[in-house]
Amino acid sequence: MALDLLKMNGTPLSKQRFTWREMVAKPISKLDDDAFTRVRVILMNGIETEALRFQHACARMNGELRPALAQIRRVEQHQATQVNWLLGADHSPLETTIAYEQVAVEVTAALAQNEPDDYLAQAYRFGLLEDFDHLYRYSALMDRMEGKDANNILQSYTDVLPGRPTAVEHRDPLDDVREPFKAKDAAFLTKLNATVLMASEHQTHDYYMNIGPLFADPVARLLYAEIASIEEQHVTHYESLIDPDQTWLEQWLMHEATEVYTYYSCVQHESNPRIKAIWERMLDYELGHLQAVRELFKKHEKRDPMEVLDGSLPEPINFASQREFVRQTLTNEVDLRARGTQFVPLDQESDASREYRAYLNSQGSPTDTIAKGYHWFPGGELARKVVTIGARH
Amino acid sequence: METTTRIGMNKTGIKSSPFDTRALLEVSDEAAPSVPGPESELVALKMSYAKEADALGSVPPPATVKGTVKSGVDAIKGARPQVVFDKIAERLAFERTGVRLYEALLVKHAATDGLESIVPAAELVKIRDDEAAHFRLLVESMESLGGDPTAQTPCAAATGIAGQGLMQLVNDPRTNFLQSLQALHIAELTDVDGWAMLIEIARSSGHTKLAEAFQRAEQQEERHLANVRKWMLGLTKAELGKA
Repeated sequence: MALDLLKMNGTPLSKQRFTWREMVAKPISKLDDDAFTRVRVILMNGIETEALRFQHACARMNGELRPALAQIRRVEQHQATQVNWLLGADHSPLETTIAYEQVAVEVTAALAQNEPDDYLAQAYRFGLLEDFDHLYRYSALMDRMEGKDANNILQSYTDVLPGRPTAVEHRDPLDDVREPFKAKDAAFLTKLNATVLMASEHQTHDYYMNIGPLFADPVARLLYAEIASIEEQHVTHYESLIDPDQTWLEQWLMHEATEVYTYYSCVQHESNPRIKAIWERMLDYELGHLQAVRELFKKHEKRDPMEVLDGSLPEPINFASQREFVRQTLTNEVDLRARGTQFVPLDQESDASREYRAYLNSQGSPTDTIAKGYHWFPGGELARKVVTIGARH
Repeated sequence: METTTRIGMNKTGIKSSPFDTRALLEVSDEAAPSVPGPESELVALKMSYAKEADALGSVPPPATVKGTVKSGVDAIKGARPQVVFDKIAERLAFERTGVRLYEALLVKHAATDGLESIVPAAELVKIRDDEAAHFRLLVESMESLGGDPTAQTPCAAATGIAGQGLMQLVNDPRTNFLQSLQALHIAELTDVDGWAMLIEIARSSGHTKLAEAFQRAEQQEERHLANVRKWMLGLTKAELGKA
């Protein structure tokens, strides 16, 4: 059933509150919960932290909105806490990293397929193949440093294979800035998709920047440094797809609508009843935020919020393995490169990107080093000779 | 790599800052806690989480009877096969990580001059290979019982959590070979006893063939532990000039 954004007012802001015990509740099970429950937890933390990031930037530029931003942002903070604290500490930082890349691969692939704008869909497929490669590199690190199998986290939903090699993903900054959609012409879904991916990639960047230095192994420290640099490129790539001529309130409306859309998608797919109840509560809270921002929009811009929003939400995000789409994209587009705002064949890449990368990699590429000769195998590469694949089925 | 223990400008203790420490203690002695009450409330809070907590997870079900008979040398026995699966998976995860720990130690060995007379590299290679062989033995044992050797069970996850510090210690380029051996010392102490317990569990659950196969691994682990102790003492005494 589609959600009607005009009729659903959600929980009033004054009723949105938490105790510490609610925020710090029981985590999901790393072993027994479905990998897509973890995908949703990570994605929603990304959406919530983007809400905080956007609202702080907005407050710095808009004095009259500061009180309303402060009120809503406090709730977002506590929502982010409750969501992110669902990840148990039995996830090592590297296991959580594998899960972050699974989010990037599966969610980007799902959105690329439903994106109505051809250019944005192409941009999503472009980013997808790069995150897909990161998953392979981190899996090699986990196997070779910790002696663990990435598939314990991925649960066989996502392939562990090389994508566009990370070593060649390094581009001149000007080759990461894309053409934005025009908000007045863009589909509601286009605006939602772009906000989701910008949020998700930004949190991935921040996560790698925070945990990279926690590793003792210099190979791990190098690997996180290299991939974090690509995530910074991806934030540039995704945020530049968004129309910069939207007003602050238009963008705030879209951020709240994105939160509603993503929690709604989580509710539709969640297999763990306890977590589903959390998504439902958060959805009601976000509907409350959207309602509040709709009123602010009317008051300050003297316009109808429906100029920005649609009455009903699009189909929910398809939280499921996108294996065939990813493989097909890999086959067709792994050799694409970016030149300015365009995606071009390998031989048309800019000299600026080639030169930039040549220096960066001139003392070696960590992502190449970690994965030399690496083939993923069930149970880790040490098990290659002894495990009979499919013995249980 | 620095291999000797030296006197330097360590600033962590209070005796390094006598003036500031005096000032620190003046205030610290006068200040009252912001909330009066016993430390036991902290225990009560943790208790409430402990009582409500879910388990880390479960053990996957065994393969079909057909598959077990086909591949099995010692099909799973008893009403609660998951207990044996979980303990085998724990040892399996430990041995696989053990291979990686010795690989990291070998790097450090190669980067350090003058070790060979006390710690021959060939001995480290031998232990690394033993750990790999133990891992393979456990994979085969798990398969013979109809279990899934690729699954991370609760005890395997627990051993992974416990091993995080060991991995960090050995992989840090600043820790010298002797400091890195602290991690292997913990690992080998655990490994010897882990195998001893696994043998007892295998026997008491009727898996005598497995218990026999595991005994050789236990004996090898005892030799590993003896070597690690010998190297730690040897290197420390060498530094003292008493080798």
